[in-house]
Amino acid sequence: MTIAVPDASVLETPPRPRGAIVEFIRQQPLGTVSFVIIVAMMFAGIFSELVAPYDPLEIDFASILSAPSLDHWCGTDAYGRDICSRLIYGSRTALVIGFTSSFIGSSIGAVLGVASAYFGGKIDDWIQRVMDVLLAFPIIVLALVVVAAFGKLLIGGMDLNLIIAIAIPILPRVERIVRAAAFSVRVMPYVDAARAAGYSHTRIIFRHMAPNVVAPYLIMLTAFIAQAILAEASLSFLGLGVQEPTAAWGLMLSGNAADFYRQAPWLILFPGVSISLAVFAFNLFGDSLRDFLDPRFKV
Amino acid sequence: MSIVEVGEDLRARNNTRPGTAGPLLEVDDLHTHFETARGIVRAVEGISFTVNRGEVVAIVGESGSGKSVTALSIMRLLPRLTGKIPKGRILFDGQSLLDLDDEQMRKIRGRDMSMIFQEPMTSLNPILTIGLQIMEPLQIHLGMTDKEAKARAVELLQLVGITDPERRLDQYPHQFSGGMRQRVMIAIGLACNPKLIIADEPTTALDVTIQAQILELMKNLSRKLNIALIIITHNLGVVARYADRVIVMYAARVAEQGAADAVFHRPRHPYTLGLLRSVPRLDRPRGSKLETIEGLPPNLALGSSGCRFAPRCPYRIAICDQEQPLFPTDTGGFSRCHRHTEIASGKIIWAAAGGAGLNFAANTEAPVLSVRNLTKFFSVKGGLRGAGGTVRAVQDVSFDIYPGETLGLVGESGCGKTTVGRLILRLEEPTGGEIHFEGVNLSTASPAELKAMRRKVQVIFQDPYSSLNPRMTVGQIIGEPLHVYKIVNGHKQGEARVAELLENVGLRREMAERYPHQLSGGQRQRVGIARALAMEPSFIVCDEAVSALDVSIQGQIINLLEELQRKYRLAYLFIAHDLAVVRHISARVIVMYFGRIMEVADRDVIYGESLHPYTKVLLDAAPVPDPTIEKKREPRLIKGELPSHLAPPTGCVFNTRCPLASQECREVIPKLEEKRPGHFAACIKI
Repeated sequence: MTIAVPDASVLETPPRPRGAIVEFIRQQPLGTVSFVIIVAMMFAGIFSELVAPYDPLEIDFASILSAPSLDHWCGTDAYGRDICSRLIYGSRTALVIGFTSSFIGSSIGAVLGVASAYFGGKIDDWIQRVMDVLLAFPIIVLALVVVAAFGKLLIGGMDLNLIIAIAIPILPRVERIVRAAAFSVRVMPYVDAARAAGYSHTRIIFRHMAPNVVAPYLIMLTAFIAQAILAEASLSFLGLGVQEPTAAWGLMLSGNAADFYRQAPWLILFPGVSISLAVFAFNLFGDSLRDFLDPRFKV
Repeated sequence: MSIVEVGEDLRARNNTRPGTAGPLLEVDDLHTHFETARGIVRAVEGISFTVNRGEVVAIVGESGSGKSVTALSIMRLLPRLTGKIPKGRILFDGQSLLDLDDEQMRKIRGRDMSMIFQEPMTSLNPILTIGLQIMEPLQIHLGMTDKEAKARAVELLQLVGITDPERRLDQYPHQFSGGMRQRVMIAIGLACNPKLIIADEPTTALDVTIQAQILELMKNLSRKLNIALIIITHNLGVVARYADRVIVMYAARVAEQGAADAVFHRPRHPYTLGLLRSVPRLDRPRGSKLETIEGLPPNLALGSSGCRFAPRCPYRIAICDQEQPLFPTDTGGFSRCHRHTEIASGKIIWAAAGGAGLNFAANTEAPVLSVRNLTKFFSVKGGLRGAGGTVRAVQDVSFDIYPGETLGLVGESGCGKTTVGRLILRLEEPTGGEIHFEGVNLSTASPAELKAMRRKVQVIFQDPYSSLNPRMTVGQIIGEPLHVYKIVNGHKQGEARVAELLENVGLRREMAERYPHQLSGGQRQRVGIARALAMEPSFIVCDEAVSALDVSIQGQIINLLEELQRKYRLAYLFIAHDLAVVRHISARVIVMYFGRIMEVADRDVIYGESLHPYTKVLLDAAPVPDPTIEKKREPRLIKGELPSHLAPPTGCVFNTRCPLASQECREVIPKLEEKRPGHFAACIKI
């Protein structure tokens, strides 16, 4: 055989890419800032016991509604509980509910989206009609209905039904986006090659198609964490989410905070800022991640 | 006003412009760099050439050689942030383009020089009428009123051969075919009566018969209106027929330039010589094996010293390590090779890979694949108006392929050749007809039999960029079928087999760890071949397997396919639109048109004594890389375009474009008949 093995000198490897994290920091400064906020939030959520100066449930009638000071950085609420500590514990609630509900909703949505695009025809039509129904309701309304219908199912201190209630409205939104991306993957010759090789449907969906729609999936996942945190805060505010005395940001805005916020604006200022900051950070991070993962933005 | 009068009128206008002396365009020592995250890519390094008024100059080169970047530099259309011209001078009609500000440059662009792009499908705005798009430059640059601009637009459409121009002005791009859109693009390019038109691969996306029409049109217009034309292309045949002068680029530099005749007949640079040798040609007897240029072009992001072509050059000598200038040649051109006089005198000949050819033995065995009356209809959904229809993509197609044989399948786009391939691969369900593979009827086969057939029938796709999963390594791509079909036991054995397959297709075993984007086009196509081979197939569908590759790489892959065929006794169905490539590789050839087989015969019969008028037209339209032959023959231009699939012609599908068509042809569907032993054609006139 005289098949030419190309000369080694012309087959040089491209310059080794810098570490993905270094590259991300260089290309996405805003994304990096939001990532720092997210990390801080996660740190506070995971190590609440170590970080928080007080017990979030400890009632201290001696210092009811005291203004922010060196003792109480963010002041205290109507029961004299330290707001700073409640915010730190609240980030745990927000993260657990925000992350799990977004993860569940996005993942099921993504799998349905890829399957819908792969099979097409009748299967696609049916999945889409179900998604149409789910999409007809605003996120918060649909979540409200689900919570009201199913009640509570507490597992490990977290309300599983609350998580599902927030995950369900996220599902069709992710499904649509991933389906659109999967359609363009579906017509790629490498999918035809896999079909021509006689691989099973599950293999083609999970091995050949899903990895190629990971970018939109990750972006939607992070963006919907923000939405989920907001939904959790709203539901708690409406009294259908997390219940007193658990520390949760939305809950801190409701109840007697509404009665006292004129005298004690810190009651709503700090939880409000926390929610905004978290939503802002996750949204921005999702955006930066999209730009970073999209090869068209790469030089 | 007739077309000729319009032409006379325009020529008069052109000649009255100032500065008629001297060349129209002078490019002097042009350097273009791209600043990327991975460093500076020197895309063009020291290019110099001139273009005279009314002259056709071709810039030839493979992808990445810098030919398109040269054009963009002249038009000053480089990406604003990354593209830089650090050095050089571009004189256009006495003006230095690099010294103009954006505003002045905009006035020149579209008025004095215009550009025609490769993709006629996407270079027109789909939501604006053709009329508006032609009138736009006229109103912007020449300040014409609506009425004047419209009159001129009608004139222009006539000039580019579009009938019924008044009505067509109000139509949208989607109502035009690819060839017609390219005519519209030319009309827009001509609108302001420019002095120079740059056409970047103007016919690459078009079929051969349409390509001939468009090139003929451009050449005539250039002659008639005294417009200089720069054609950028990789197709040497196109260059031979239409160019006065040729510039051959290799790795950001000019390798050779000169008059077309001189460059083609006695190249003065080994790269040009290699290019001309490595393309299969219709005008030469079929060689046993293609001579190829081995290796790959250099990476422009890395600096290099010495001759850029030296690593691939069979004539390399010690002095080639040094930087070399452009040497003037005896024919008034230039060559960047120390040995240009020796090459010109024919003292040294191309001594690259050669070898034994294929012998086609007469087939006495049972066919590996038989297709009988294969038919595929697609139903098309109508829009809001609900007018759906049926597209008859493939009708009544029958053929046999024998073990170890290559059957070529040629035709223009939309003729159903790819659908035939997809039906055999069972990627589509046939509407009617039967496919027998190794004696098993696939439409009645059990799932187990189908699965066994999947292994034996494999495919190599056209596009090496999208046929490999970007998220899998080469090793995973090739290894996957080994594990799924349990061809190997365990990981160790799998890795060994992958390495063996890689070496079989001419890649090194370390490639297994790379991802597809780290490979070049040719290397990826080799991976695609290795993936197909992993299944140990007996039959491979090659769907345009080499058409996306550069000419020098194309030859390497064709040779590889032939070697593998000999080694493993593979049968190929080789689907392609390039007649010369099909001739080189096939034993028998099928010509398809509009879903039907027109002619089937042995290779030499099809190319030597074809009977069917469509085959003749097809062969006639294909340019060959030899200016003397090309300039001598008057192309028998085929009229019209492919009919609409929703309103197919009655009778013979070719009757709308056939030079022999009569009333009878519109009534009778001709049967595929054996006109001579082993030579079938579907035509009532022969």
